[in-house]
Amino acid sequence: MYRYDEYDQTLVDERVRQFRGQVARRLAGELTEDEFKPLRLMNGLYLQLHAYMLRVAIPYGLLSAAQMRRLAHIARRYDRGYGHFTTRQNIQYNWPKLEDTPDILAELASVEMHAIQTSGNSFRNTTTDQYAGVAADEIEDPRVYCEIIRQWSTLHPEFSFLPRKFKIAVTGAPNDRAAVRLHDIGLIMRRGDAGETGFEVIVGGGQGRTPFVGPTIREFLPKKHLLSYLEAIMRVYNQLGRRDNLFKARIKILVHEAGAEKVTEMVEEEWRHIKDGALDLPAEEVERIRAHFAPPPYETLAAAQPAFEEKKRADGAFATWADTNLAAHKVPGYAIVNLSLKPVGGIPGDATADQMDAVADLAEHYSFGEIRVTHEQNLVLADVRRTDLHVLWRKLRDIGLATPNLGLVSDIIACPGLDYCGLANARSIPVAQRIGNRFADLKRQHDIGELKIKISGCINACGHHHVGHIGILGLERKGEEYYQITLGGSADQDAAIGKIIGPAFSSEDVVDAVETVVNTYVELRQNGERFIDTYRRVGKEPFKERLYAAA
Amino acid sequence: MALQVVTANRIGDGTVVYLTRGGGWSERIADGQVSRSDEERDALMAVARAKAEIPEVVEPYLIDVVEEAGVVRPVRYREEIRAQGPPVHPAFGQQAAGG
Repeated sequence: MYRYDEYDQTLVDERVRQFRGQVARRLAGELTEDEFKPLRLMNGLYLQLHAYMLRVAIPYGLLSAAQMRRLAHIARRYDRGYGHFTTRQNIQYNWPKLEDTPDILAELASVEMHAIQTSGNSFRNTTTDQYAGVAADEIEDPRVYCEIIRQWSTLHPEFSFLPRKFKIAVTGAPNDRAAVRLHDIGLIMRRGDAGETGFEVIVGGGQGRTPFVGPTIREFLPKKHLLSYLEAIMRVYNQLGRRDNLFKARIKILVHEAGAEKVTEMVEEEWRHIKDGALDLPAEEVERIRAHFAPPPYETLAAAQPAFEEKKRADGAFATWADTNLAAHKVPGYAIVNLSLKPVGGIPGDATADQMDAVADLAEHYSFGEIRVTHEQNLVLADVRRTDLHVLWRKLRDIGLATPNLGLVSDIIACPGLDYCGLANARSIPVAQRIGNRFADLKRQHDIGELKIKISGCINACGHHHVGHIGILGLERKGEEYYQITLGGSADQDAAIGKIIGPAFSSEDVVDAVETVVNTYVELRQNGERFIDTYRRVGKEPFKERLYAAA
Repeated sequence: MALQVVTANRIGDGTVVYLTRGGGWSERIADGQVSRSDEERDALMAVARAKAEIPEVVEPYLIDVVEEAGVVRPVRYREEIRAQGPPVHPAFGQQAAGG
């Protein structure tokens, strides 16, 4: 993985010193909250319902074992023994004290981490496919370009005051696991006519109160032009993005109002002036960064692993987990292992300090010392020998991270909701817990098959409800929590925004409503259809009829 | 006239607090000074703003409350959660102390 050079390290160390001074002045009353708030937000420190919240950047979701141990240490020493992994592949702590935050940032800096640009109208953490570099279906490792984007977008002087926050996602595989069409900029690695790799460029996707699947503005961008083209997009947005209305400030609104064609024209015109200049990626610099992502020293193994197959035959619970939580690795004899942070009845994305420490140990023993965070709020050990899977599974089970539910009905994305968040209108986590409990029978979950439920506690859509196969949006009505259900959303290569199915349900009724939707699908499905396939075939009416028939 | 109390987050750790009769801050809404008139409300907010400048607290504001059998409760669900702690963690916040 990428290691800081002296510039990176100096930058984060200086930022810690600067923030330490700012916190001291705030506590001494020399800075008002109005003066201090933008400063703390530049360092990822929010004030939520019950306490401060610190959001720590995990560049493209990649962590070393040492970094994971430091995150565990921070949870234990400065927080309440746990952390919450987010849909931006970051982690946030819910109970830090203001006076401790400079020390926390210093702890992070000691392992090449920080909380810069995890808030505010800036570039946020660039996200990617959690299987980057190891996926069997990948064209090229996107992390090299994520890192180049990270360096370019960190404290970029021209873009330090954007109209609104800005999120970029990159995937190197045709099967989109990074929701790239729901980002301000999405990049998909493609092959050009001569077999060379480059990027399809998507602009203006997003969720929130006005969701859009982003249009493609360039089918193929040669790699060396990556930064000049991104800079051209940012210049157009920085000039024309609306600063008069917070709710219309994202680039998706510009793309929607001006039209993708017009935006493309403006970007290409701007690009004409800056391409083939200082922003061209020098091949040697790309290779220097690529070296950081060189494959680990894999052993030469046979693709067929009879010992692994034998364990599966002998141990049904192991077989279920292996069939559900593993993904195909490009190297024979290896597997990608998903660690579910969605135990039945648990809090999606939460991990205790002890679990983080244990995962760090397991990563060192079984996966070359690296861990990935997924945008669906799970963890990944990307490089595990198939012969190690059974022993790894037992160890994961011991620490509660072997729930075999990846991609199933209980593998839910949920925002923190009104349990924590000052913006929320309703709680999200308890709904996820109740759905998990309702479908606790794993056999039933596996019979239902792939089904993505995503829950947000307000229209800002941090829980990605717009792109849930079943989306749930929390509302407040007359002081009570209500939940609106959408169907047919999708975050993958067939991205779609879900459609509202009808009037919202009370908190008491919403889990029954979800179960009705699921049962309707089970009755209607044909020939191995997934939920989303059936929905696309039959539309929303049959679901609507069943949900509201009694009313 | 709606009954109101002043709430804020404590500067050091962000804990939810309520302005008390003595002009201090309490983690228990039951200790909050209830305003019953425009004058009382304005006086409470003036005290709270002065304390935010010290700074003892962050962003004080008024919330509507009801009084039932001498017990003060927030009107809004959001404020009930702020007063009690996150429902998903019954061991955290005032809910752990039985309200």
